[in-house]
Amino acid sequence: MRETTFYDDVSHYQTFDFEGFFQQIREQDILRVLEANRLTPLGYLTLLSPIAEKYLEQIAQRAQELTVRHFGRTMQLFTPMYVSDYCINHCVYCGFQEKNKLNRRRLSLAEVGLEARSIVETGLKHILLLTGEDRRQAGVTYLKECVQVLRRNFTAIGIEVYPLQQEEYVEMVEAGVDSLTMFQETYNSVLYARLHLAGPKRDYRFRLEAPERAGKAGLRGLNIGALLGLDDWRRDAFFTGLHADYLQRRFPDAEISISTPRIRPCIGDGFQPAANVIDSNLVQYITAFRLFLPRGGITLSTRETPTLRNHLLGLGVTRMSAGVSTGVGGHSRTDAPGQFEIADNRSVGDMAAMLYQRGYQPVYKDWQTL
Amino acid sequence: MAEPLKIAGYSINSRLFIGTGKFASNTIIPEVIAAASAEVVTVALRRMDINFPDENIVNFIPKGCIIMPNTSGARNAEEAIRIARLAQASGCGNWIKIEVIADNRYLLPDNQETIKATEVLANEGFVVLPYMSPDLMAARRLVDAGAAAVMPLGAPIGTNRGLKTKELIRILIEEIPLPIIVDAGIGKPSEAAEAMEMGAAAVLVNTAMATAQNPVAIAKAFALAVKAGRIAFEAGPGAVQAYANASSPLTGFLRESL
Repeated sequence: MRETTFYDDVSHYQTFDFEGFFQQIREQDILRVLEANRLTPLGYLTLLSPIAEKYLEQIAQRAQELTVRHFGRTMQLFTPMYVSDYCINHCVYCGFQEKNKLNRRRLSLAEVGLEARSIVETGLKHILLLTGEDRRQAGVTYLKECVQVLRRNFTAIGIEVYPLQQEEYVEMVEAGVDSLTMFQETYNSVLYARLHLAGPKRDYRFRLEAPERAGKAGLRGLNIGALLGLDDWRRDAFFTGLHADYLQRRFPDAEISISTPRIRPCIGDGFQPAANVIDSNLVQYITAFRLFLPRGGITLSTRETPTLRNHLLGLGVTRMSAGVSTGVGGHSRTDAPGQFEIADNRSVGDMAAMLYQRGYQPVYKDWQTL
Repeated sequence: MAEPLKIAGYSINSRLFIGTGKFASNTIIPEVIAAASAEVVTVALRRMDINFPDENIVNFIPKGCIIMPNTSGARNAEEAIRIARLAQASGCGNWIKIEVIADNRYLLPDNQETIKATEVLANEGFVVLPYMSPDLMAARRLVDAGAAAVMPLGAPIGTNRGLKTKELIRILIEEIPLPIIVDAGIGKPSEAAEAMEMGAAAVLVNTAMATAQNPVAIAKAFALAVKAGRIAFEAGPGAVQAYANASSPLTGFLRESL
């Protein structure tokens, strides 16, 4: 018998009537979920419903209590490092897509070292290595060489690259990578096919199963996410939660976390998001997820404004990026074109000062590769 | 005056051990340690940054305290052993709190892997204090493996639910010839007092202090509660009586004169 994967779980919901489910929810149902010790998937979906918006303050209070209890008054900081923007995919919403005429770059290992040194001066010890998808330019060997360079300065290294085979993830673990970030973008497979017009990324299932391959390979951190605004955010938020829950059950010793990126403007043909995900939607998602997976990590990027990021502190978020550049070589030079526009330009020092002022401890180091 | 606690030849006056995670700032930690009169302080190696003095937690612990690094983040015995050796190499002495957690839903410890790590590290000369789920057989194996004390959980870590495992801890206190230190779950000073009254050798508190409105004040309250509980244990409580002594409904007839 074939081993089941999260693909089977998603398939079970293919015919699920989300609208019908949302319509039959009564206010008592929301109160019942709020009092439950542990949420079922449908309990989580209940908190994501339009009618649950009326109870946002109650959900947020419970989320804050759970977050402080499990994560304390701390916030883990990290920054991404883009090492190559070569890409052979055509994703209609992305600035690095194949069709965009960019002066593409791939950092030499000496340049990676230069970037690393300018980041490490800020105190950060956790780094996320990013590339576009192009194995000729940034293949597994190149990634491993980058990791070797980064290990001199950082105690924990994550990768956000194209999906790999399980044996390749094993090589990454051996090279010193601790965690994986992989965004499915949208769990809606029909829409997925319409948004990813060319390139290996068209393979929905290979991407969907990447986190489990990484888990089997022994990566200790698995971070997933949907790009909010591509599909109805409530559905993608629901599937992201289901996916996180699936991974936590399947790999109980791994640290599972989600990111909640909203689509941002980028260079190129001006893709317009199908749905506008407003601030209160984002708050509903983050706080509902906290109740569903009380110990799950939540990463918030600089796609969000300083004001919103300050307010979201403590509502469930456990990790924030700081001192961000989304361009290749952007930590040591200023002319690098970015993958998307960021909304929070604060340096690591600024973020730390803001956290202390609000009664939170910035955590620069939370792991050390063994 | 309460007796000092003896662990591996050390004589420790404070039976309140504290953890250093989850605080809003490291700068409050010296005040918390002072208010708690703590002498044993646990620190996660994963958070220790020896190259960043302003943020390195170890620099906030007063001289004279015993630093007990912990192996937080270890998923098996092998990782715990590597973390312990790294901690020793970074100058943290030879005390180690073993924490092996292979379940991130509830953060419950893996007793079997904990026993393995304890054996290896005790043989290397570490003073090993293993964190465990309260189980008598596992505790006996930890004794054989060379543990210096045994640290059962009162409730899942970080939950502040109190002594949910009370009956199992009571058995460990009765049967295990090492100090039993209740670690995790204690949310209130009254619960710390309850554990001490029962005969626990010490308690370790972190979340309840770190997430309190006023960590320094609650640390002081915990210190008093632990002391009261210990004095009560040493004094021996009065027997609990279900009925008044004067009446002996069943045997009174024996004393009735004929």
